[in-house]
Amino acid sequence: MTEVIPPEFEYHAPGSVDEAIGLLQNSGEAKVLAGGQSLLPLMKLRLAAPKTLVDITRIPKLSYVNETTDCLCLGATTKINDLNDSALIRNRYPLLADAAQHIADPLVRNMGTVGGNVCHGDPGNDLPACMLAYGASYVVRGPKGNRTIPAQGFYQDTFVTSLDPSEILVEVQVPKAQPGDGGAYLKMERKVSDFAIAAVAVQLRTDSRGTVNQAGIALTNVGPTVLLASQAAGQLTTKKPTNADILAAGKLAAEAAQPNSDLRGPAEFKRGVVQTLTQRAVKLALWRAGGMS
Amino acid sequence: MTIHGGIGQSLQRKEDARFIRGKGNYVDDIQLAGMLYLDFTRSPYAHAKITAIRSEKALKVPGVLAVITGKDLDAAKLAWMPTLMSDTQMVLPIDTVKFQGQEVAGVVAENRYAAADGAAAVEIDYEPLPVVTDPVKALQPDSPLVRPEKPKKSNHIWHWEVGDKAGTDALLAKSDVVVHQDFYIPRINVSSIETCGCVASFDPMGRLTMYMTTQAPHAIRTVFALVSGLPEQSIRVISPDIGGGFGGKVPVYPGYVVAIVAALKTGHPVKWVETRTNNLMSSSFARDYHISADIGVTKDGKLTGLKVKTIADHGYADAAANPSKFPAGLFHIITGSYPFEKAFVEVDGVYTNKPPGGIAYRCSFRVTEAAYSIERLVDEVAHKIGMDPAELRLKNFIPPEAFPYHSALGWTYDSGNYGGALKLAMQMVDYPALRREQAEKRKKGEFMGIGISSFTEIVGAGPAHTFDILGLKMFESCEIRIHPTGKVMARFGTKNQGQGHETTYAQILATELGIPAENISIEEGDTDTAPYGLGTYASRSTPTAGAAAVVAARKIRDKAQKIAAHLLEVSPEDLEWKDYKFQVKGVPEKSKTMADVAFAAYTNPAPGVEAGLEAVDYYDPPNMTYPFGSYICVVDIDKGTGAIHIRRFVAVDDCGTVINPMIVEGQIHGGLTMGLAPAMYEQITYDEGGNIRGSSFLDYLVPTSVETPHWETGRTVTPSPHHPIGAKGVGESATVGAPAAIVNAIVDALSPLGVTNIDIPVYPWKVWQILHDKGQT
Repeated sequence: MTEVIPPEFEYHAPGSVDEAIGLLQNSGEAKVLAGGQSLLPLMKLRLAAPKTLVDITRIPKLSYVNETTDCLCLGATTKINDLNDSALIRNRYPLLADAAQHIADPLVRNMGTVGGNVCHGDPGNDLPACMLAYGASYVVRGPKGNRTIPAQGFYQDTFVTSLDPSEILVEVQVPKAQPGDGGAYLKMERKVSDFAIAAVAVQLRTDSRGTVNQAGIALTNVGPTVLLASQAAGQLTTKKPTNADILAAGKLAAEAAQPNSDLRGPAEFKRGVVQTLTQRAVKLALWRAGGMS
Repeated sequence: MTIHGGIGQSLQRKEDARFIRGKGNYVDDIQLAGMLYLDFTRSPYAHAKITAIRSEKALKVPGVLAVITGKDLDAAKLAWMPTLMSDTQMVLPIDTVKFQGQEVAGVVAENRYAAADGAAAVEIDYEPLPVVTDPVKALQPDSPLVRPEKPKKSNHIWHWEVGDKAGTDALLAKSDVVVHQDFYIPRINVSSIETCGCVASFDPMGRLTMYMTTQAPHAIRTVFALVSGLPEQSIRVISPDIGGGFGGKVPVYPGYVVAIVAALKTGHPVKWVETRTNNLMSSSFARDYHISADIGVTKDGKLTGLKVKTIADHGYADAAANPSKFPAGLFHIITGSYPFEKAFVEVDGVYTNKPPGGIAYRCSFRVTEAAYSIERLVDEVAHKIGMDPAELRLKNFIPPEAFPYHSALGWTYDSGNYGGALKLAMQMVDYPALRREQAEKRKKGEFMGIGISSFTEIVGAGPAHTFDILGLKMFESCEIRIHPTGKVMARFGTKNQGQGHETTYAQILATELGIPAENISIEEGDTDTAPYGLGTYASRSTPTAGAAAVVAARKIRDKAQKIAAHLLEVSPEDLEWKDYKFQVKGVPEKSKTMADVAFAAYTNPAPGVEAGLEAVDYYDPPNMTYPFGSYICVVDIDKGTGAIHIRRFVAVDDCGTVINPMIVEGQIHGGLTMGLAPAMYEQITYDEGGNIRGSSFLDYLVPTSVETPHWETGRTVTPSPHHPIGAKGVGESATVGAPAAIVNAIVDALSPLGVTNIDIPVYPWKVWQILHDKGQT
């Protein structure tokens, strides 16, 4: 019944990823703190009571936004607002730019991190849907070294991911933007700083004739995890999507949603929102795909 | 000739110098030597028998010093306390809890962390009891009893009615059209940014100083004296800076009382400050009215009669803060801006397993519930008979020449020009153009709506013949001291919580005393220094304390005139008060300022005149004041999501004489936002088991600047004829008037689909559901 003061915990601020992994291995009930915008409220509500927090935000060289020859690389402790401040993201990754602007509020975006957002496993986090739509990968490091996990398949259940307790996500890798790529993230929320009633991430790759070669559509907060709407995406590929295709994609996305009725509205309404937002996001993504040189 | 900082000037707020620097002094800023902290273990059940409370583990938490339970309080006869409505509520329960989140055990510790850990460690055994959260079900004979200890053996608390029942029925029977509508006005929480809290401290002589978040420090002192048996002169209540009250800081909450007991028990000062969830779960709820109304109209659009039946859900105790004679507050202002020939209102108060209350959320005692109902009903009548809602209003308004107007339910409206305000709002928004645009949009299947609310308020409680709280008459006070150097200290029985009293009172006194506002300091909130008053709520400060300031200042002027005459060696009758100084009639160069007089009052007193220059006034208002306004809201609806976009919102207010236009503008903006809140965002709901849904700001949706539309404001000025400067009060008008304008606009947008009402808050899902059911999505 208290929601301000968490139970007692130990706090560590290691100077390297390996030191952090050692702390995770050697402390019982440890959690990684990567901004704390989701974890700390759970602790204050006493819904989570880790004995140890391992704060990775002070580890050097974990915060960056770089484009290499084949991917956009985001360091784990990159702040959400660093995405908003990045001209690279604004100009070449509009799906990410849309989402980053609509995560919670400025206070949260100043503290919250890319790695924390994608690893928390809350279906209401906004970046996981973007990563599914992009077909992104996560580089994680554990006691046995690095491994790369595709975002698709990473989210197993609410707050459950394929990350091991002694592993730390170090980098998010998004396929490098190409001419003819376009994306959009549309989110409906009850008020600013709320989790989505529903949100839709759309990422398209088109050729010079406007044919969609690849499509990714993913849904936020309408299921136990973020959801991939593969059939909806399939409706758009190998052709130049017509209005009828876009309408059909919206319906297929709504069918892919698994919403519950709650304070954000009845399940049927949320499906309706998914349908509408999918159609609008696809149109916006197509427009952006045509507009990108 | 003007005086710097006088009435009518947009003087910058004096108090802001400290607030914008973060130098305010709120209860939680108060630190006393050896101060301890209080936290509570709260009930997870909405209704349960307590079979055991074990404190041992809590007492072993390092830093925890004491655990206080209902049994401890019972020994001092403090387990129960009276509410302001002469009901009783628990301080701490002895054997039963009545709502989820109820305080069960107080834990006192050296710091607030230990207090929180201690509260989590208190072990309490419960046997759950049947729960009732719906007041309609609570009135059924087989309902669980919320207050079985009461002799009545019923969840029905009281019945109250006013008006002519038979006459109204007869009038409705012969009306061409009768519109019936049910409204539910949900339970909401004032959610002021500062939650409730206190620091209780006893000095070595046993004198209690209570720093607390209260809107009514003097009345609270008297209540504490009566409840605790402490002599009243041994209690000092200090209400420091208050971060928003909105009616939520009028009642006495259990935390205050337990803090006093804890301070007595430990011999240390004790601080208690609510968390947000504590506040949302157990303090300061408002509304929760289930309204059923019938309104009659002739076929040419003349309103006839109004009949209203209401069930008031008070939770487990009637802990409202209404004037004693009015258990449903001033709900019978519900005839609004219209001259109904007959009307009848009845209200039944009901117990449920929810937090106690029924406070007036930024409104003068149930006036919002009334204004919302009548303004929704009038719009429905217009739709039903096919008349434009503006035309229907203009046709029916009480005309300006009918004031003072005696309403069918017993009020005497002081002044008004309702048509003037509505016409200005229609002009500002270009009403005819909007209706043309709407007609075009409807042809294209688009949903655009225009909503009007032409509300009338009743504020400034109130005249002693009718208004009291626990027997204390609702006068208000001002004490003025002019120092020898011509500088002024004035104290009031009211208490600022953001209204800008330190500025507006100084402006009134500047004009009345001829002393610039910067030379006038205002103090409130310390019962040792301020004159007795009933406090600030119900938009009463300007109508009552503002009037007291004028009268006290005029008492000073009377005395000052004698001193000025002495200085000018003329008789007082030869002087006139002109251009903010005493002038010899016909010889304006022979004059004395108030500063001259003040110096003489201490250095050169006139023969037969007491030294000093001070006055006090206890002002009993002759009538209430009746601010009014007309609001027009324009909405566009997104068919794909049900989202509601408020495109325009024009608010024309008339609060009589305006003291500080900038502060009035700020009050309107804030009030409109707090009117938007229940219309589209805020509500507290419970499941069947009495579990609160949404006890944090994650789910209790307080709108921010992002959700708030651009407010366009306008003003007409119709002074109150009985207030010494014609002011009416403005703090609550917008909260009262805004919800109906917004909902009327949304219903208007959807009216082609046959929609006549949507219960607030109107969420997008409710709109989407309607559009979906009608095949529009």
